[in-house]
Amino acid sequence: MEYVPVNFPFLAAALLVGISFYIIIFKRNLIKLVMGIGMMASGVNLFLVALGYRAGGNAPIYTEVPEGPMVLSVPQALTLTSIVINVAVLALMLALVIQIYRHTGSLDSEKSRTMKG
Amino acid sequence: MLSKIVRTVANQLILFVLVFGLYVIAHGHLTPGGGFQGGAVIVSGIVMLLVAFSSHELSKSVRERILSVMESIGAVIFVLLGFAGLGATFFYNFLAGSPIFGNIPPTGPNPGDFWTGGTIPPMNFAVGLKVVAGLCAVVLALALFTGGEEVEE
Amino acid sequence: MAALVTHSPILIIAIPLLAAFLTPLIGRLSGKARNVLVLGNLAFVAFLVFALTRDISVNGIRVYTLGATSPDLTIPEGVMVPVRIILEVDGMSMFMAIIWTIVSLAATIYSLAHIAKETGQNRFYTLLLLMVAGAYGMMFTGDLFNLFVFLEIASISGAALIAFRTRFADTQEGGFKYIVISAIASLMVLFATGLLYGQYNLLNIAALAKVMEYTTLDKIALVLLLIAFTMKTGMIPLHMWFPDSYTVAPASITGMLVITSHACMYAAFRVCFSLYGGISDTYVVGWIITVFGLLTAFIGVTMAVYQTDVMRFMSYHAISQLGYMWMGVGVGLAVLGNPELLYTYGRDAMAGGIFHILNHAMYKPLLFFTGGALFHVTGTRDLTKMGGLAHKMKWTAILYIIGTLSISGIPPLNGFSSKILIYESVYHFHPILTIMGIIVSILTLASFIKAFHSAFMGAELPMYKQIREVPVPMLIGMGILAFGIVFITLFPGQVSRWIIYPAADALIDQLSYIHAVMGVVP
Repeated sequence: MEYVPVNFPFLAAALLVGISFYIIIFKRNLIKLVMGIGMMASGVNLFLVALGYRAGGNAPIYTEVPEGPMVLSVPQALTLTSIVINVAVLALMLALVIQIYRHTGSLDSEKSRTMKG
Repeated sequence: MLSKIVRTVANQLILFVLVFGLYVIAHGHLTPGGGFQGGAVIVSGIVMLLVAFSSHELSKSVRERILSVMESIGAVIFVLLGFAGLGATFFYNFLAGSPIFGNIPPTGPNPGDFWTGGTIPPMNFAVGLKVVAGLCAVVLALALFTGGEEVEE
Repeated sequence: MAALVTHSPILIIAIPLLAAFLTPLIGRLSGKARNVLVLGNLAFVAFLVFALTRDISVNGIRVYTLGATSPDLTIPEGVMVPVRIILEVDGMSMFMAIIWTIVSLAATIYSLAHIAKETGQNRFYTLLLLMVAGAYGMMFTGDLFNLFVFLEIASISGAALIAFRTRFADTQEGGFKYIVISAIASLMVLFATGLLYGQYNLLNIAALAKVMEYTTLDKIALVLLLIAFTMKTGMIPLHMWFPDSYTVAPASITGMLVITSHACMYAAFRVCFSLYGGISDTYVVGWIITVFGLLTAFIGVTMAVYQTDVMRFMSYHAISQLGYMWMGVGVGLAVLGNPELLYTYGRDAMAGGIFHILNHAMYKPLLFFTGGALFHVTGTRDLTKMGGLAHKMKWTAILYIIGTLSISGIPPLNGFSSKILIYESVYHFHPILTIMGIIVSILTLASFIKAFHSAFMGAELPMYKQIREVPVPMLIGMGILAFGIVFITLFPGQVSRWIIYPAADALIDQLSYIHAVMGVVP
């Protein structure tokens, strides 16, 4: 990583979050919306893990670790909690999409609207 | 339901997946892993069974009532382990130094000793139980919904 | 007793959590045992909240470190920064906790009758207790990442409760919109937490406030946090999801969701005042919040005037009243750097906004509960189909009148006390704010009178001849909130001196917030 002149993981995280904002705002299919939110979660998780990197570091575990610095372990704990929470959120969103499809017969967000004004 | 070869292989492979998942849960305080990660591995084995046999067949063996009870017991054990440290504060590691999981590990790199950690390994097991029950219920409910059946209570 | 008060910040969060996990087990045995468990649990938490309030008003800010050998050990030996999860309870947190206790108790008693005929009641009460625990966690925490976790807990259980009645189509859509908005807001909060952690290597709010330099990345984090929290409270222009979600939920859950959006507003105040309070740029941020608050109040009420669905009409009014609170506290934030103006009118504006939070939490769930009572009795939410219901539903009509007079700011009810405080202090900042506020009050009164006339007045319709008054638990739930309104009406001076002004002072005083965790450095 130290030979790449640009902070590559941060660019990738920003690209993921940007593309997922585009998907959430402009796409009309409900499943695509759910996938967009999953992608945004992946982007934020990547950003958190990349924050803790130290050049040449090892995994932050004391069992049989080689010599050298360790990467930071707190962002890894934050990322793990975030992954667990996003699993629950995505499961709930998919269950609600299934129910909307059963009631209105369409996955298009314009055709499955029931409330206006 | 897929062909007989797939069903037989899935029946044999589920044992290895379960043992590996249990290893990941149990060694959460020494190697990467822990409650949620090991639980997700076990549920992926159950998804393999779900694909090999149809969801209709699997729901005859796995009852929703058992899953609900398992989930609640796992969560209650986790919170009670937090309450048990209330002599000092909530979530205090009261088992460090005691006969259960009580060895103090040396600081710095070391070959891992399983009998360390205090309250962390029991919490890993409780969380693993809850995650297995919860994710299995989610996967089974979604598969049954899209198969056209209704899950009531 | 002293030990109970010492451990009460974590007990208030952990006891509803334990009861939420016990509810499916006990609910399999009997339904009545489960109801007793839920109500007894909330009553015990109410006792703990009032004991902790008395302790805070005597002893000052209380901290609680999870997992240390003693609750006060915030900074371990040989380390310069706090490393554990720390709960920090000051006057503003206790204010929100008192509101949440009263409203959740009233809502639970109300739901005993309102959802008595639904299947899956174990799941309803489990989710309700999880939402209670999640909102308490948001109010008590002193840590940015813990705020994210409890925000997600409250949002997930709230969305599942909105979509609880799966036989209707619009409940599913409302729940879906709620969870999408909550997921995006939480991911923005996590991103801002990551930005702050990457710069300072700290997650604790008090520790961050001590070392905060206002770099460009900090500005980006402030913007992200404010957008996320104002999105969850329905500020213009991010308000489109708010009526859809609050209309279709069961009425008791809508009352509790209003307080959850207040808790998100509390989190925004915590970020603006305690985390970023030491910088000198609060003038711009305060002005922006005030302008958007004014727009929210005005657009909310103009969209509410022509609605025909009773719950949708009340949720637009909820948006507009939330705009009042943003206006009051935004003015206080704008003059935070200027001590002379702050003590002339800034502190009073903040006290007005905070008092309005208390009043809104009393009358808005009451109005939602009366809307739910109308739905329970007639089976429809459409105002054009109802009429002449005051003949049979006398108590509901009286409670609705109390709520209407309160929301419009008619003296001597409690809405008037907070609105006059806001009008008088905001006038010194800029006169247009007061003028628009008075216009919004007039339109609020007009629309509520119209709804009252169409639902309750008139001759009795033939299709409603055999309706009865709503069941007793629903009346008790509404009565608790009406009793709160009457109490604040009779004693506005005592309430304002003992609860409101300490909360406003706790927000302004950033230094004692930092010292409670970091210790006074000589």
